Amino acid sequence: MGMPASSRRSFLRVTALGGTGVLLALHFDPPDSMLAQEVRRPIAPFPAAMPPSAFISVAVDGTVTIMAKNPEMGQGIRTSLPMIIADELDVDWKDVTVVQAALDEGRYGPQRSGGSTSTPTNWDPLRRVGAAGRAMFVAAAAETWGVPAGELTTASGTVRHPATNRTATYGSLAAKVATLAAPPLATVTLKDPKDYRIIGTSTRGVDLHGVVTGTTVFSIDMTVPGMVWAVYQKCPVFMGKAVSANLEQIKAMPGVRDAFILEGTRNLGGLHGGVAIVADSYWQAATARKALKVVWDEGEAAQESSAGFDRRAAELLQLPATLVVRNDGDADKAFQSAATVLEGRYAFPFLSHAQMEPTNCLAHFKDGTLELWTPGQAPGQGRSEIAELLGIPEASIRVHLMKGGGCFGRRLDNDFALEAAAIARRVDAPVKLMWTREDDMGHDHYRAANVHHLKAGLDASGQPVAWKHQFVSFGDGRQFGRAAGVPVPLMPGGFVADYNMSASVIASGVPLGSLRAPGLNGISFVNQCFLDELAHSAGKDPIDYRLACLRARRIRSSNPNDPEVDAERTIAVLEAVAERSGWRSGKALAAGVGRGVALLESHGWVATVAEVRVDKDRAIHVNKIWTVLDQGSQVINPRAAVNMVEGGIIEAMSHMGWEITIANGRAVQTNFHQYQPVRMPQAPAEIDVHFLRSNHTPWGLGEPMLPPVLPAIANAVFAATGQRIRTLPLSKSGFRFA
Amino acid sequence: MAPNDEHPDKSERGSAVSRRAFLKTAGVSSLAASVVGVEVGAQPAGPPMVGPGETAVHLMVNGKRVDLQIEPRVTLLNALRNHADITGNKRGCDRGACGACTMIVDGRAVYSCSTLAIEVQGKQVRTVDGLAVGNKLHPVQQAFYDHDALMCGFCTPGFIMASVALLEKHPTPTPTQLRKGLDGNICRCGTFKRIREAVASVKGVPHV
Repeated sequence: MGMPASSRRSFLRVTALGGTGVLLALHFDPPDSMLAQEVRRPIAPFPAAMPPSAFISVAVDGTVTIMAKNPEMGQGIRTSLPMIIADELDVDWKDVTVVQAALDEGRYGPQRSGGSTSTPTNWDPLRRVGAAGRAMFVAAAAETWGVPAGELTTASGTVRHPATNRTATYGSLAAKVATLAAPPLATVTLKDPKDYRIIGTSTRGVDLHGVVTGTTVFSIDMTVPGMVWAVYQKCPVFMGKAVSANLEQIKAMPGVRDAFILEGTRNLGGLHGGVAIVADSYWQAATARKALKVVWDEGEAAQESSAGFDRRAAELLQLPATLVVRNDGDADKAFQSAATVLEGRYAFPFLSHAQMEPTNCLAHFKDGTLELWTPGQAPGQGRSEIAELLGIPEASIRVHLMKGGGCFGRRLDNDFALEAAAIARRVDAPVKLMWTREDDMGHDHYRAANVHHLKAGLDASGQPVAWKHQFVSFGDGRQFGRAAGVPVPLMPGGFVADYNMSASVIASGVPLGSLRAPGLNGISFVNQCFLDELAHSAGKDPIDYRLACLRARRIRSSNPNDPEVDAERTIAVLEAVAERSGWRSGKALAAGVGRGVALLESHGWVATVAEVRVDKDRAIHVNKIWTVLDQGSQVINPRAAVNMVEGGIIEAMSHMGWEITIANGRAVQTNFHQYQPVRMPQAPAEIDVHFLRSNHTPWGLGEPMLPPVLPAIANAVFAATGQRIRTLPLSKSGFRFA
Repeated sequence: MAPNDEHPDKSERGSAVSRRAFLKTAGVSSLAASVVGVEVGAQPAGPPMVGPGETAVHLMVNGKRVDLQIEPRVTLLNALRNHADITGNKRGCDRGACGACTMIVDGRAVYSCSTLAIEVQGKQVRTVDGLAVGNKLHPVQQAFYDHDALMCGFCTPGFIMASVALLEKHPTPTPTQLRKGLDGNICRCGTFKRIREAVASVKGVPHV
């Protein structure tokens, strides 16, 4: 990917800190095309005149403060992005204090955590910020000592002139630095990677101590003086509206300050209609909510159900698809000359995010301005949506980024912030909006359910020569809903001359959104399991079968805009996982034990082997997972990266067990007792994580480990039992995790 | 993993009430109602009638007295988080299903979202906020710290308290005791491997 600084009109600002230190700030243009794929509206342009701003401050006493720019929700970016700056600045990590930046994209660039983009998009600019800072301290020392800058070295926040053995701390040079012009970011000299001392070194999370002592302030913990509490009852049916409610009775209840109906907007991504109750305490608001009686206009979605969707999907798969995802050659014709033709039908359900922290948001509306404390992943977009909803300029909205207790894509949507803002406008005090777990599960932006029908024609050697993949997803009936399509190329697309992938879209009121590895977390299960069926049918080893497919002659898409699978990176991880797992050792496995493999070939290059033991009652024990990821040239914080991968593997197992069903236009499951994530006893006994280095920009780790886990486990279950899992959740196929 | 599946064997969690069992049949609100509805005349030997309005509730939390004026049906979790500003333990589900709110009451791990504040008067309540002594972390906190046994950290206070209760009962838990002792807590980030390693590494928790 890369992000050449020169194309971003990058420059650095230097601001004197009133004699106490110096501030260095980077400015660059957002967003790149990858980020743009996921945002629904463009990020607002930079203001013409930008305020004084800071990424780095160095105090006279040598204390270094580095701003953490992106929203933190457990992915470790609050630690890893400042690490990048600190290394190039050449200071010791122990001297660094990290401070969470407020929303100011004119100052910090895009502040959005999603799509595994934080690392690849910030890698280059943040190294340049740090390197430019270092260059300025060197320049200040050179000027002070009257020596050429080229004779100076730096280490641990100190500039040194070896020829004369003089040293000066950054703190002592801060006043001088404030008088210097910043160098152009595009031309600063970056460290040779072999000289990294922080990047690539396992570093404890900056919040670790606060978390274990209970002192870290999560969004749900945030309060401000004079704050009142709000709950918001939405119509259980998606997009239904409140017609009337017993508001006077509610307003008479203890501690209740106000109760009112909010109309809502007409889009699934906007403000949903409902009834707000505002009270002096959360308990009082929640108690009043139990007495709330609402007459709803449930709307058309009240007729929707999972059973109805299943029937419609079966009908649509009998009809020509309406959207072409990719088409090369003539698949229908090619089947006629295939030696073998195989078909398979796969399905996966709606999923909810179920992040640990119930949704919440704090908002204060006063004199036409709004102050917002949000755990959102896309706060800039949230501000833009709030500005439109309230009819106030974005400049009148100040946004603080709060630490979120997990998000997994849920808070790329800003519906909760819209609710908090709309309620706050009616209340003469700061308002904390609190959702219950039931609100979260019943009003999520769900991962779309899908039904897939695949048909493959194999040649005499068993390799695919014709491929037809038709599926049914959700949206407005014409286009895919959010994260309900296929965003990236999948093998064997690009390797089979006659290939067709197409889809039909069911129109529905179910709100859709991004769940970790959106667009891939379900379809990888389908594709990688079906490939396994083909390998088995051809009598080939599943790894060798995939390798042969990836090494087949490349077919260029007829659409020049179609991205292609990176076969080289995919082959490398697949070979590596075969090696690490001893796949080809030929060692016999015990009865009831099986191994499966799967890979991710786009938006991350990952190969995964799962070993399972399946009991007679179809309870699955995951003995071990091996996973190899090509993370590009550098893993920033290795220990945190391994944690992230292990966690993503376990989340993938939850995806195999979960299901949100729809009945009467609403989600049936309400809380964890009906939507059990994997817990301690089900977690794999062992997980082996390995990162491959390659000459690419460091990749993000929010998503890539997840998609291949589902098919690797399902394929392992087949190897152990001879039973194919083609439908998720596992219970639909008669299996469960032990 | 099937929906509605009750997790096995909660005995390791040592709750005074079988938490899962009572939630299955009654639910939090009906339990609350039974306290509110006590009639003095009908049960002369029982507790005096309190509520439904606010009443004085005196708690001992982390060794300190906390005096509150709250409705008798307020949960321990809500009383501490929203009336006493003790926010270390988190609210995750409000039905004893996730464990983020786990506190220790008289040595037993309880889901504080499913325990009434008024029930624990006269008992010793411990939360993650009071676990460290000055700057010295409790051995379990130190183990979570040393092992980076968390990601977002929202479940961590509950996991730490469940681990403390487990280790006070079983200072050297078997792998099975460890797994079962902590299966009432959810970590959605999936850091179970490191939590297992952290808890297994802890030495020096006094047997209680």
